[in-house]
Amino acid sequence: MKPELFTKDTTAIVYGYHVNAIQRMLDFDYACGRKVPSVAAIVNPGSEGVHKVFFGKGEILVPVYRNLAAASAKHPKSDVVVNFASYRSAFDSSMEALNNPNIRTVCVIAEGVPERRARILAATAAKLDKMVIGPATVGGIKAGCFKIANTAGTYENIVESKLHRPGSVGFVSKSGGLSNECYNIIARNTDGLYEGIAIGGDAYPGSTLLEHILRYEAIPSVKMIVALGEIGGTEELRIVEALKAKKITKPLVIWVTGTCSKMFPAGVQFGHAGAKAGSDLETADAKNAALKAAGAIVPASFDDYGVKINETYKKLVKKGEIKPAPEADAPALPMDFAQAMKEGKIRKATTFINTISNEKKEELEYLNIPISKVLESGMGIGGVIGLLWFKRELPAYGNKFLETALMLTADHGPAVSGAHNAIVAARAGKDIISALASGLLTIGPRFGGAIDGAAQQFKRAYDAGLTPEQFITDMKGKGANIPGIGHKVKSLTNPDMRVTQLKAFCKKHFKKTDLLDYALAVEQLTTKKKGNLILNVDGCIGIAFVDMLTSAGSFSKDEIDNIVNMGCLNALFVVGRSIGIFGHIFDQKRLKQPLYRTPYDEIAYMTDL
Amino acid sequence: MAQRGIREYEGKKILFDGLAKHIPSFKGKSEKLALVTPDTDPKQLAKEHPWLLKEKLVAKPDQLFGKRGKHGLLCLNADWKTAWAWISERMNKTVTVGKTTGELNTFMIEPFTPHREDGEECYVAIRAYRDYDMVYLSNKGGIYVEEHWDMVKETQVPILSSIDEVILNLPELGERRAQVEEFVKALYKVYSEGHFTYLEINPFTFNNGEIVPLDLVARVDDTAAFECTKVWGDLEFPSSFGQKHTKEEEFIRKIDEGTGASLKLTMLNPDGRVWNMVAGGGASVIYADTVCDLGHSKELANYGEYSGDPSAEDTYQYAKTILDLMTRKKDPRGKVLIIGGGIANFTDVAKTFKGIIKALTEYKQKLVEGKVKIYVRRGGPNYKEGLANMRRLGETLGVPIEVYGPETHMTAVVSMALNPSPAKANGKAVRAGGKK
Repeated sequence: MKPELFTKDTTAIVYGYHVNAIQRMLDFDYACGRKVPSVAAIVNPGSEGVHKVFFGKGEILVPVYRNLAAASAKHPKSDVVVNFASYRSAFDSSMEALNNPNIRTVCVIAEGVPERRARILAATAAKLDKMVIGPATVGGIKAGCFKIANTAGTYENIVESKLHRPGSVGFVSKSGGLSNECYNIIARNTDGLYEGIAIGGDAYPGSTLLEHILRYEAIPSVKMIVALGEIGGTEELRIVEALKAKKITKPLVIWVTGTCSKMFPAGVQFGHAGAKAGSDLETADAKNAALKAAGAIVPASFDDYGVKINETYKKLVKKGEIKPAPEADAPALPMDFAQAMKEGKIRKATTFINTISNEKKEELEYLNIPISKVLESGMGIGGVIGLLWFKRELPAYGNKFLETALMLTADHGPAVSGAHNAIVAARAGKDIISALASGLLTIGPRFGGAIDGAAQQFKRAYDAGLTPEQFITDMKGKGANIPGIGHKVKSLTNPDMRVTQLKAFCKKHFKKTDLLDYALAVEQLTTKKKGNLILNVDGCIGIAFVDMLTSAGSFSKDEIDNIVNMGCLNALFVVGRSIGIFGHIFDQKRLKQPLYRTPYDEIAYMTDL
Repeated sequence: MAQRGIREYEGKKILFDGLAKHIPSFKGKSEKLALVTPDTDPKQLAKEHPWLLKEKLVAKPDQLFGKRGKHGLLCLNADWKTAWAWISERMNKTVTVGKTTGELNTFMIEPFTPHREDGEECYVAIRAYRDYDMVYLSNKGGIYVEEHWDMVKETQVPILSSIDEVILNLPELGERRAQVEEFVKALYKVYSEGHFTYLEINPFTFNNGEIVPLDLVARVDDTAAFECTKVWGDLEFPSSFGQKHTKEEEFIRKIDEGTGASLKLTMLNPDGRVWNMVAGGGASVIYADTVCDLGHSKELANYGEYSGDPSAEDTYQYAKTILDLMTRKKDPRGKVLIIGGGIANFTDVAKTFKGIIKALTEYKQKLVEGKVKIYVRRGGPNYKEGLANMRRLGETLGVPIEVYGPETHMTAVVSMALNPSPAKANGKAVRAGGKK
């Protein structure tokens, strides 16, 4: 395998829809002045299309494919796969990538890939002369060229650690978290990083510390090598052998962590799966000593790591092997909107105001009352309407009244326009929402509007101080029927039981029933003209509703006016009647009723007139 | 998550079921294995395992330690009554095995197999290496294997090969050669299918012409649990013998299991003065190293780490646990808390610090009483906000907090904490970090 894994033209296929990592890769491209974005395609099992992402100051589209084969066929030059698949599927997808002739390097991010699977990956890569980085890694970075996934963190960090332009140091570690720390140390003590790889903390990484060290040995631009080993395993001892065999000739600064293990009870498992000493040879002290004896530059503790790196670098500069290049500045990255908002650097006028509910709290809230409290209080659906429609906690009788209104308005048989239309739509094979809408759309001045109308007209007359006689005359003068008055068959002597009960409820619980009393006075006059001109159930609901708001005591007169004029009562009818309309829709569907066609004898054809 | 030892009882169950699949004539039955814990009711156990009343039995502790014969912890050729009495006598008793002292609390019972020790005991083990598994085979098993290690035959099984393609390097086995070869190949299949990383049967013997595995030691790779639910069944990973977890270690282990992030805590010395609360699996080791490298290993109270972008709630619980532990006992010299970490790749520093700050605020009084000094060093996404919040906390917490960012070497705070210079002791700490 050629020692160089990445160039400034390397492009990757990212397996998994990890938008933040993809954005960070492209932001790094911008810092390096790459002309071609380093992400050529995204594989997102189960969907395809395009993904919009920033590339510098503008936006570009990255194609999304359902599977790796499709992505690779369209992007044959992409030879890196950044695999974000979970530990469950990382093995299969990585094997697929390795067996794809276009792919040369596979980086496996997932933690928790079974060891046996990881060993098969490593052996397969060796057999095919390919490179696996990971599993359980953040990836790696070639300064000024190419960055894998989330390596090196934020843009700010990339620039501070001078990763946007190449230096002379090749770095390799197990730990992904520490690799970023080490890029910082290298930037502060040398001319910067050439390339850095985190092989991952598992017991059997796909590629080893030594493999990367030998790559750096073979890359002429790498002048010194820095490595960070770890307690557990015998990998560092292979480095010792390579040093002894003179396979590593460039200065190697290396430190093996885990020197504290001698203080610990036997067999403590450190943070990494591979970090557990199985024998004395695998302890950090033994490995550090062996490395030092073999000619590596080993600090006394991690505290001196940077010092040793700096000394080694200065020697190379003195010898003329490293000629520090003039510093190249990275362009400033436009700040993300969300970040700028978070930091308070910009402000933005909102386009909506909301004062009734909040799902952003720890628990969903209706009018600042957590939903659990809403349920516990037993306020019922009436109480919820009070909170969300009127922004009040209504008294118990108010909640009960609203619920009663919903029950009374729920249905009025199949013949009325709302139910009829819904039935016709349901029988035409439409879905339930369309069928419901078809029924609801008939609600208006002639159907269902009486509740709203009664409340508005009676309230207007009462507030204006009209006597019942004056009100009747006034309406007559306008040529309008009084909404809420009149029933097909019922009369004062044969009363509508719904109205009787509702009136009794209001009289018993409401503090005031002024408007209801006024309406009953009007009824006394109208029934004298015709027996069935009684206060009907719609009128009673609308009028009693106004009395309920007044009785509650927490609404100003203007607020009550506003509630009535907004059409809240129509809304009450719509909610109630939706229950019945759904009933009719389900009834039709249950009975598998066919398409409805109005029979000819229902229609008077008079086209010849 | 890594390689974990399993009980012999569990190992044999997996082994017997697996071997029966590959060698139909195999006689070992997973039903004929019983586990005894302090809660086991003997009547109920005998009801579930009627063979206990009919056969001669072996009883032995099953707690991940070997050399049981040498320590008098084997009950051989016993009937049920004798075996149960033997177990009852030892249950919940403290014993010392080698250098480790611990409580006996788990035993296994299996049928007894009569055998001669001379020449009838063989040894087999399989161990995972990076590129291959090594099969170790010897016709001198049992207690002789170690002194005759040079007689052990080794066979490498490359990871990409099938065991059926491999020619086994066999010791002298006479007429049993083909039988042992079949057995070992089947054993390898169980080993690889069950994601074992180490499997040792020492010894296995022969009874009426059949191979009988006697003692077994096994480790599996617990990350393979999702692939092995069927093969493993409900597999438990016991702690090693003599190792006891404190309540707090258990608590953190529970949180760790319930989140995608990683939270670890190991208590080293509850009276220690130096407490680490470090982000990152790699960095946490280095902080502990540095405390030891600077000669303060006896003062180090704990090892632990949090990583993988834990939620603020998780870091809060984690921090609270550590603060509680470190403020239980006072030390006249005071204590130090190191909130350390490298430069994170993607963990949101401000978010994780939020949980820590909440815990610190709650423990304000106790921190003051315990004369705790706090040193912070961290970098990564939103680190400036995180460090600024820590500094702000320092103004009201009543104990000194020194806060540093990426411009300070990662472990520099360790030496500051352990060897505070006189200027700093006077509270004139130079508050460096993030001032740019």
